[in-house]
Amino acid sequence: MDQIVDPSISIKHLDLSFGVVNVLKDLNLDVAKGEFLVLLGSSGCGKSTLLNCIAGLLDITDGQIHIGGRNVTWAEPAERGIGMVFQSYALYPQMTVEGNLTFGLRNARVPKEHIREKVAKAAKTLQIEPLLKRKPAALSGGQRQRVAIGRALVRDVDVFLFDEPLSNLDAKLRADLRVEIKQLHQTLGNTMIYVTHDQIEAMTLADRIAIMRGGKILQLDSPNEIYNRPSCKYVAEFIGSPTMNFFEGTVSGRTFACPQGAFSIDGYPSQGDIAPGSAWLGIRPEHIATGPDAADMPIRLTCDVELVEPLGSDTLVRVTAHCQQLWVRMDGQAQALPGSQLAIGFQPSLINLFDKTTEARL
Amino acid sequence: MSLANSGQGTARRPNKLLRNLPAKIASIPMVLTALVVFVGCTLWTIYHSFTGSRLLPAPEKWVGLDQYERLWGTRRWLVSIENLALYGAGSLIFSLVIGFTLAALLDRKIRGEAVFRTIFLYPFALSFIVTGLAWQWILNPDFGLQSVVQGWGWAGFEFNPLNDRNTVMYGVLIAGLWQGTGFIMIVLLAGLRGIDEDIWKATRIEGIPAWKTYIVVIIPMMRATFVTVLVLIASGIIKVYDLIVAQTSGGPGIASEVPAKYVIERMFQSQNLGQGFAASTMMLLSVLIVLIPWAYLEFGGKKKHD
Amino acid sequence: MTEVSHMHLDGPRGKKPKKRLSPTNIMIYSTLFVVAAYYLLPLYVMVATSLKGMPEVRLGNIFSPPVDVTFDPWVKAWAEACTGINCEGLSRGFWNSVRITVPSVIASIAIASVNGYALANWRFKGADVFFTILIFGAFIPYQVMIYPMVILLRELGLYGSLWGLVLVHSVFGMPILTLLFRNYFTSLPEELFKAARVDGAGFWRIYLQIMLPMSLPIFVVAMILQVTGIWNDFLFGVIFTKPEFYPMTVQLNNIVNAVQGVKEYNVNMAATLLTGLVPLTIYFISGKLFVRGIAAGAVKG
Repeated sequence: MDQIVDPSISIKHLDLSFGVVNVLKDLNLDVAKGEFLVLLGSSGCGKSTLLNCIAGLLDITDGQIHIGGRNVTWAEPAERGIGMVFQSYALYPQMTVEGNLTFGLRNARVPKEHIREKVAKAAKTLQIEPLLKRKPAALSGGQRQRVAIGRALVRDVDVFLFDEPLSNLDAKLRADLRVEIKQLHQTLGNTMIYVTHDQIEAMTLADRIAIMRGGKILQLDSPNEIYNRPSCKYVAEFIGSPTMNFFEGTVSGRTFACPQGAFSIDGYPSQGDIAPGSAWLGIRPEHIATGPDAADMPIRLTCDVELVEPLGSDTLVRVTAHCQQLWVRMDGQAQALPGSQLAIGFQPSLINLFDKTTEARL
Repeated sequence: MSLANSGQGTARRPNKLLRNLPAKIASIPMVLTALVVFVGCTLWTIYHSFTGSRLLPAPEKWVGLDQYERLWGTRRWLVSIENLALYGAGSLIFSLVIGFTLAALLDRKIRGEAVFRTIFLYPFALSFIVTGLAWQWILNPDFGLQSVVQGWGWAGFEFNPLNDRNTVMYGVLIAGLWQGTGFIMIVLLAGLRGIDEDIWKATRIEGIPAWKTYIVVIIPMMRATFVTVLVLIASGIIKVYDLIVAQTSGGPGIASEVPAKYVIERMFQSQNLGQGFAASTMMLLSVLIVLIPWAYLEFGGKKKHD
Repeated sequence: MTEVSHMHLDGPRGKKPKKRLSPTNIMIYSTLFVVAAYYLLPLYVMVATSLKGMPEVRLGNIFSPPVDVTFDPWVKAWAEACTGINCEGLSRGFWNSVRITVPSVIASIAIASVNGYALANWRFKGADVFFTILIFGAFIPYQVMIYPMVILLRELGLYGSLWGLVLVHSVFGMPILTLLFRNYFTSLPEELFKAARVDGAGFWRIYLQIMLPMSLPIFVVAMILQVTGIWNDFLFGVIFTKPEFYPMTVQLNNIVNAVQGVKEYNVNMAATLLTGLVPLTIYFISGKLFVRGIAAGAVKG
């Protein structure tokens, strides 16, 4: 990983514990200027906690936080140069949209002219001009979240923090607003840190994704890298739907042996020689070729079709090969009948190998 | 079970009244209470407030508004109303201000919150009789607070509210607040705890000081809780009776009389029933003045939200 | 990931050092302590006075701790204090209160829980009308209904008896308890009730075998609410019973506010404490449940 020069946010050896419970452990993270970083993980992994630490809403136990080159470890949230958007919107219900946008500025005694300018600009960017005189109760979920983003926008800060901002919205709206946030990032070029448990949001929005588990960052990479070269089995399982298929077996030399057969792993992009031992072989459902295409593949299997899920755009098929269940993603128009046989195959260059015990990538 | 089986063949439509019978039987006490006591007894009292009853059973004579005219010409009643207004205003303002201040202080993530909460609330477990007697003793001019302070060297110190007709209601108020403010605090604290944590985070990000957040953001958000508290305090004020009986017995003279006491005495001591009925109807009227706007706001005005 | 050595953390790191005695904290805690003192003062004064002999009380400092601790006032309050010609002490009122409270609590909770269950799960046409009347009835001052109640009880032959008072307590406890139980049963998953009905269970069977075992906490809450409320009642006790059945609060008031005789303040305070002891004990033991009870009673549903 390249060293980030002059990072916008830099977290050094961050520890956070509540009593005896360590929530975050010796966490280091640098975020580049203008970067869109997504913190991804299942609930309880510490992603929201980390965001709250960056915002200064939680007192950390040890370590440092730098924002914009300034050590803000002891600074108040308002002094850190951040704006934040919450899952529950956290709009002030008895104030109008305009009141919500200007409350912080009025409190900081920013000149009126200045406030008006900023509000106008933010309202234009977010297309909420017609809503300015309304109260939050009269807005839809999507509009409310837009106002919440606007409240961060008028603060004129370099860093935006998003705490699961789309989780309270329905699927369609979520997709729309996701696009808008991406657009916003491209327009503004601010540094953004975005917490979510939704892998689609993470993949679509992020420049880099930090996958967290148990208060630690497991992998910090571009979406592509995380998808193609997951650093451990947990990450491999977490990203992708349906989840990656795994074979349990042993590696020796250039062969992976499992009950389903012995597969040549010639072409697997390993870092060096792989020490022999027990291992997992993972292959994504969409990397499995079927029918005639499978015949050209170095690794081939014949399976029984168990279950077919046509999704229109593609078809998910669950098959078994020697007692091993596999998901295969086929073309949307593909015909497969439960009970029939299906030839599958895949390339060693697309597989992932993980150590059996450490679950780290080989 | 056998009954159900035998009924299957006939497919007769069950009698409407008999459907859901156990539930209806279980609700008989509620129906009786609602109709006989709450509606029936109330209407009975209102009706008889227009009669010349002195002692029941007796031939009732319709006298129209005579009883009310007499009531509003009675000094004792006027003093009672005045006292109630004073006590009411005092307890409304002070329980709200003190209750909210304490709730806000306890909400500041302080040490020993449970201990403070327990201390502030324990008087609420005590009866008004106990409360009144305890404060009667503390405010006793010969042995209580006044004599203690005088003993400390302020020979001229005077604090004898219970024996001064101008200040006796303040003495009662001190006791009443001691008993009830903890409860108001608990309800308001529950309201404060119900505020979305993210709101507080948002104001911290924007650098709004805590006191300003309370006044500008939090209190307006707690409208519903405040309305509830207001109704609670108001309905407590109108019922004030035992406290007066225990602490001052209405004295000195009639200086601490209240309507509830006036009613009971007219009914059960001076056998002046018509006056009692008229006075109690006035009490009901004042409750309605509070209750109807509240009910309208609560159930009529905003059907959309929860 | 960038590697930063532990050595290079200059400047602020870790927890922000907080001044223990920041001005805000001083203000918060001093306010709380002052108010706490105001709340505790009466209790302290009562206890201190009740443990002093009369000569010591007459010295005139209610705040001074007792020098000669004596339990005589307590004994006297319990067994010898007089109301009029009767000198049996508060013990009689205590047992009267027990005889009033126990059946009243049982009756009111039994009636209201079944009623709340019917309202929550077996709605029938018109039920809501009566329920609304019931809830609004809770706001009607007792003074409005009390005289016709006396006449009703007299007609039923219950006026002046313990059972008449039990009936009155059950009636006036009904709004709050029915609301409490209705809201609780409504909050239980409806599927449970439906599943039991599909299995062929009827009204009483579901109540006894499904609802009751799941509702222990709410019954405890209701009990705390009722025991405290009925024990502390004065108005109904004085109106609906004869002097021989007067509950403890009424007897206490008669003892302390008696016009004749020399005032024995220490005995009075012992008697006051004795009367407050039952609800106080319940309060300190039940803690959170008490709070839950009064909050449930207060903040509608």
